Amino acid sequence: MLEVGLNHFLIISAILFSLGIYGIVSRKNAIMVLMGVELLLNASNINFVAFARYGNLGIDGQIYALFVIILAAAEAAIALAIVLNIYKTFSNVNIDEIDNLKE
Amino acid sequence: MNLSILYDSLALIKPEIAISIALILLVLFDLIFHHDKRIIKYIAGISVLVTFYFVYEQFGLRGFSFQTDNIDLITNGMVAVDGFASFFKVIILLSTVFIIFFSNSSLEIQQSNDRIGEYYALIFGMILGMFFMVSANDLILIYLSLELMSLSSYVLAGFVKIRDRNSEASLKYIIYGSVSSGLMLFGISLVFGLTGTTNLLALKTFLLASSVNPVVFGFAIILIVAGIGYKISSAPFHFWTPDVYEGAPITITAYLSVASKAAGFALLVRFIKVAFVYQTDSDGHWVMLQIFDWQTLIIILSILTMTLGNFAALWQNNIKRLLAYSSIAHAGYLLLGLAVLSDQGVIALLIYFFFYLLMNLGAFYVVMLISDKIGSEDIHDYNGIGPAAPFLGVALTIFLISLTGLPPTAGFIGKLYIFIALVDAKMIAVAIIALLNTVVSLYYYVRVLKHMYLTKVEEQRAQVNISAWNLIVALLLLIPVLVFGVYFSPIVDFAQACNSLLSGI
Repeated sequence: MLEVGLNHFLIISAILFSLGIYGIVSRKNAIMVLMGVELLLNASNINFVAFARYGNLGIDGQIYALFVIILAAAEAAIALAIVLNIYKTFSNVNIDEIDNLKE
Repeated sequence: MNLSILYDSLALIKPEIAISIALILLVLFDLIFHHDKRIIKYIAGISVLVTFYFVYEQFGLRGFSFQTDNIDLITNGMVAVDGFASFFKVIILLSTVFIIFFSNSSLEIQQSNDRIGEYYALIFGMILGMFFMVSANDLILIYLSLELMSLSSYVLAGFVKIRDRNSEASLKYIIYGSVSSGLMLFGISLVFGLTGTTNLLALKTFLLASSVNPVVFGFAIILIVAGIGYKISSAPFHFWTPDVYEGAPITITAYLSVASKAAGFALLVRFIKVAFVYQTDSDGHWVMLQIFDWQTLIIILSILTMTLGNFAALWQNNIKRLLAYSSIAHAGYLLLGLAVLSDQGVIALLIYFFFYLLMNLGAFYVVMLISDKIGSEDIHDYNGIGPAAPFLGVALTIFLISLTGLPPTAGFIGKLYIFIALVDAKMIAVAIIALLNTVVSLYYYVRVLKHMYLTKVEEQRAQVNISAWNLIVALLLLIPVLVFGVYFSPIVDFAQACNSLLSGI
């Protein structure tokens, strides 16, 4: 029987982190980019909790993860409001087409 | 938990408490007086003054608020209260005072006057975030305060909805911002895993005692620097700066270019000094831990930042965009003060920042007044504005000369101290590159002046008049820029007195 250890969690978080970066770089839709950002935050959350659990660091890591979850929610709320505002102005949310501010 | 420790901690964060109360009051008064919003700006102004008093009261005080007791021998905590933090709090409050004055006469803000309570509440949210940023002594507090500040500023960047570019600015700001703070958080989680702590002092204690994997640790530090570098708009994390500065309302642009940059620099200096310096030698040079080569990284960042900022500014026609690139270049000069890695360099950085506040806010204020009158930010529309608006023309000339760093203005003194620190540290090559950059910057600042005074215009421009109040606010910035150019010892003394960072050495 395979024992689940710290390395398994770190590999999952590394995969999530890479997927998040890939999503941010490759997606054109603003919502998808923001989902990539959420993946980055959750990769860090897994790290925090796994390190706290397997490094015997008390409950610090879990509490940090809670902080991050709350901030991610706040950030998502503001980001969606801004994307909605963009949709009203430009009637699309494709970040490649929203480039009036360029010389 | 012992209650007396809690009371001691609360006594140390009076300015932050004052700002929080002001934030609540602003929201309440916005709801109560929803017919007449004139009272809001007075509440904002008075709150800033009250906070000023509490910050003044804190001068000379040194201590940690919210102490953690798991480290032996040295006292330690989440929030550090020291002279260094007080200096940056003064910078932030001073720029807030000016932003309140600016907002009062800005056309863009007046057009959204029914939401003015929201506007000031968000600004106070930013102040609260920045106050915690300048005194944060814990990686998690750094992340939380950085996000608190960023979230308020994302909304403020798109606050007015007059043109398409406003909402575009806030979209670009939030996308770049959330990505870089996500990267920073991942770096923090790696540091937490490697060292088992997020407290900066405990981090240093750990690094002195045991070894960590330098590759992973270096990767984590670079991710954290990405988050901070985004805030100070240093290359290669600067892409948002020109777009956001151009699209945001000009009062917010001015605020982002001074206050939020100040908070970012305070954060970077504290992070390096507390976590990586274990000793200062007799000349005030820092003896660094070997685990990460900060000096090379900062020198590369600062040379990249100022070269990119100055050269990109050369062909800008929108004056807000030009000032955005100029503020990127100034971030490069400021990083040089840190690259020296000595107390002298940090003092030079503080002096430079004080003068940068005056001249940059001044330049933005004059640009705002001219743009409101002629309805354009294109420098080709500035043709012949010099004779038509004598005072504004002269004021903008002086601010731009000061930003270039020519005597007899304050900007010259700021640059002088940075260069002296560089030469004393025998970094002559870097000093020469910075000097050449200053020469490049002269071209684009003078180009604005050329359009204002020398370009021939077909018909005579109408006279541009400004109110007495605008004149007073401009003079409040203009006179110090000239006076500190010749009589600068008060600011130097102030910066030297403030160079007391709680770093456990």
